[in-house]
Amino acid sequence: MTVKSTARARKKAAPGVPDKTSAGSAAPELVQLLTPEGDRVEHPDYPLTVTPEELRALYRDLVLVRRFDAEATSLQRQGELGLWASLLGQEAAQVGSGRAMRPGDYAFPTYREHGVAWCRDVDPLNLLGMFRGVNNGGWDPNEKNFHLYTIVIGAQTLHATGYAMGITKDGADDAVIAYFGDGASSQGDVNEAFTFASVYNSPVVFFCQNNQWAISEPTTVQTRIPLYRRASGFGFPGVRVDGNDVLACLAVTRWALDHARTGQGPVLVEAFTYRMGAHTTSDDPTRYRQNEETEAWKAKDPILRLKAHLEKEGLADEAFFAEVEAESEKLGLRVREGVRSMPDPDPTLIFDHVYTEQHPLVDEERAEYEAYAASFEGGEHH
Amino acid sequence: MAGQLSIAKALNDALRKSLESDPKTVLMGEDIGKLGGVFRITDGLQKDFGDDRVIDTPLAESGIVGTAIGLALRGYRPVVEIQFDGFVYPAFDQIVSQLAKMHARALGHVKMPVTVRIPFGGGIGAVEHHSESHEAYFAHTAGLRVVSPSNAHDAHWMLRQAIESDDPVVFLEPKRRYWDKGEVGEDPMLPLHSARIVRPGTDATLIAYGPMVKVCQEAAKAAEEDGRQLEVVDLRSLSPIDFPTLEESLKRTGRGIVVHEAPVFLGLGAELAARLTERCFYHLEAPILRVGGYHAPYPPSRVEETYLPDLDRVLDAVDRALAY
Repeated sequence: MTVKSTARARKKAAPGVPDKTSAGSAAPELVQLLTPEGDRVEHPDYPLTVTPEELRALYRDLVLVRRFDAEATSLQRQGELGLWASLLGQEAAQVGSGRAMRPGDYAFPTYREHGVAWCRDVDPLNLLGMFRGVNNGGWDPNEKNFHLYTIVIGAQTLHATGYAMGITKDGADDAVIAYFGDGASSQGDVNEAFTFASVYNSPVVFFCQNNQWAISEPTTVQTRIPLYRRASGFGFPGVRVDGNDVLACLAVTRWALDHARTGQGPVLVEAFTYRMGAHTTSDDPTRYRQNEETEAWKAKDPILRLKAHLEKEGLADEAFFAEVEAESEKLGLRVREGVRSMPDPDPTLIFDHVYTEQHPLVDEERAEYEAYAASFEGGEHH
Repeated sequence: MAGQLSIAKALNDALRKSLESDPKTVLMGEDIGKLGGVFRITDGLQKDFGDDRVIDTPLAESGIVGTAIGLALRGYRPVVEIQFDGFVYPAFDQIVSQLAKMHARALGHVKMPVTVRIPFGGGIGAVEHHSESHEAYFAHTAGLRVVSPSNAHDAHWMLRQAIESDDPVVFLEPKRRYWDKGEVGEDPMLPLHSARIVRPGTDATLIAYGPMVKVCQEAAKAAEEDGRQLEVVDLRSLSPIDFPTLEESLKRTGRGIVVHEAPVFLGLGAELAARLTERCFYHLEAPILRVGGYHAPYPPSRVEETYLPDLDRVLDAVDRALAY
């Protein structure tokens, strides 16, 4: 594992405590394989060979994920969803890391990992249930090895670590990705997850999407060193990757997962990216951040750079882009129709699955509710 | 399992049996390995089952419960030890928001067979945060089951039943009774969530659980000398509560007194009094009274006897109930 030792050596060689501004700056340790202009560059530690088919597949992922996300934002504006947490700008971080996973690997998302869900082949409509208010998650996490969205910031990193501890016990070579954000890096749970994963040498990749903003708080409120360097204090490697570069995210995450699955312990990947939209549809970023900042990040757009690359290298023609566009229209339609026809649950859903086994209080309250509902004309009370 | 066992030993045997019968059972906690836990409940288990199944964890309660959730998702059956009652609060989110709700959030697709063992209650002359009774927080949370044994037999069998449950169980161990001995029978005798009438009586019903069952039994014995026959019900399960057993008792005696160490205000006694009043209203001769801790931080140990319900405070409440 020369790659690992190189990475470790590089981190150790990093300078001491930098000034505060470096927490918010991408330079100098950023791993990049595709420039914002769409030019392929090499990195000695993270070689990547991708076929034209794979590049086109990644492009398709990015476009469809963005389309799904835009559709969900519109559906919230139309009143079909109560809330939406947009991933706009973070598509490459999610698709790159998501496509680095093997089928047996397991992802523990926050509530914004729609792109990872896409890579795990989770039906996008499943993700919308909780935002529409028809359930609080609802999908079977073990079906696609994609855990339920977690809203309490950072809590899932411990679940991911525990799951990874189980992998070790099973003697399996699967690995886990724990997703979280720059804000979560301050949480006790995240730091406890780092500790547990470190001392038990668990096969978990901590994938931090540093999108620069925790609602209204910039990363300088969370940290005075670049987040990836937190790893060294816990005794495992940390890497900062260009989060808007799908190839770099793919290569670095693939390396990190292999590092984890081969018994070398956890890795922290900081995907340096930007939340182009609001925190959620309830947020108003004009109150706390400058338009110029957002405009500057537009130039680093993850989709445009891959498109530029495909065009420059002649790896995709007009027909391909038109085909992806048509597929994206189809997805949009499916999502719109799927959400609008998503039925409200029966009110007695409240009493379902509180416990796995019979519980007299729940049974009693269900019966009381049903009797009350039946006392209305027509037997229904909504 | 003939002979007299301490509650501590009965719990230790229960953990051993659970580790033997299910290879997916793992124990996690602080100092539970070589030391055997600060109360020695896991004594000898790491030696016999290995540090892969009896796991010393970092000192991070949220981390212990949070990783137990992940292990449960991977198919394990974790039994975690929180070292002292007052140390569970850092894990509150993981217990209340994550562990308790996971099954419902997944619409039943995942189960959370996690047991959280907590030594609880006072009376051992400890420094602060080592004597708390926080059962109401957990019983208030849908998705959790909460139980507390009062004797060696129940300690053994209820712990085994809790570990076998596919729901998360908060298992509250009456630490001041750890060294009380009793017979442990060959089978559990009762389902996990049934109450038990431990002493029959006719004049009033004392309802208690965990460490206060013994106090109530002593109170009933003392009252007998005054010609009063007090019934004592050991609740055993705090969520769900076995209301049929309590109703049947109260309808016979007409008077009820709930006794717990936890503060009276919004304690389990409040729920018991409210529900039993609704269900037994026409049978009651007196309001259901409560005896418990005060609305104050758990006091320094030199004055904890004032805070903790004892025989006299229970009998004082019996007097008041009988005066109606």
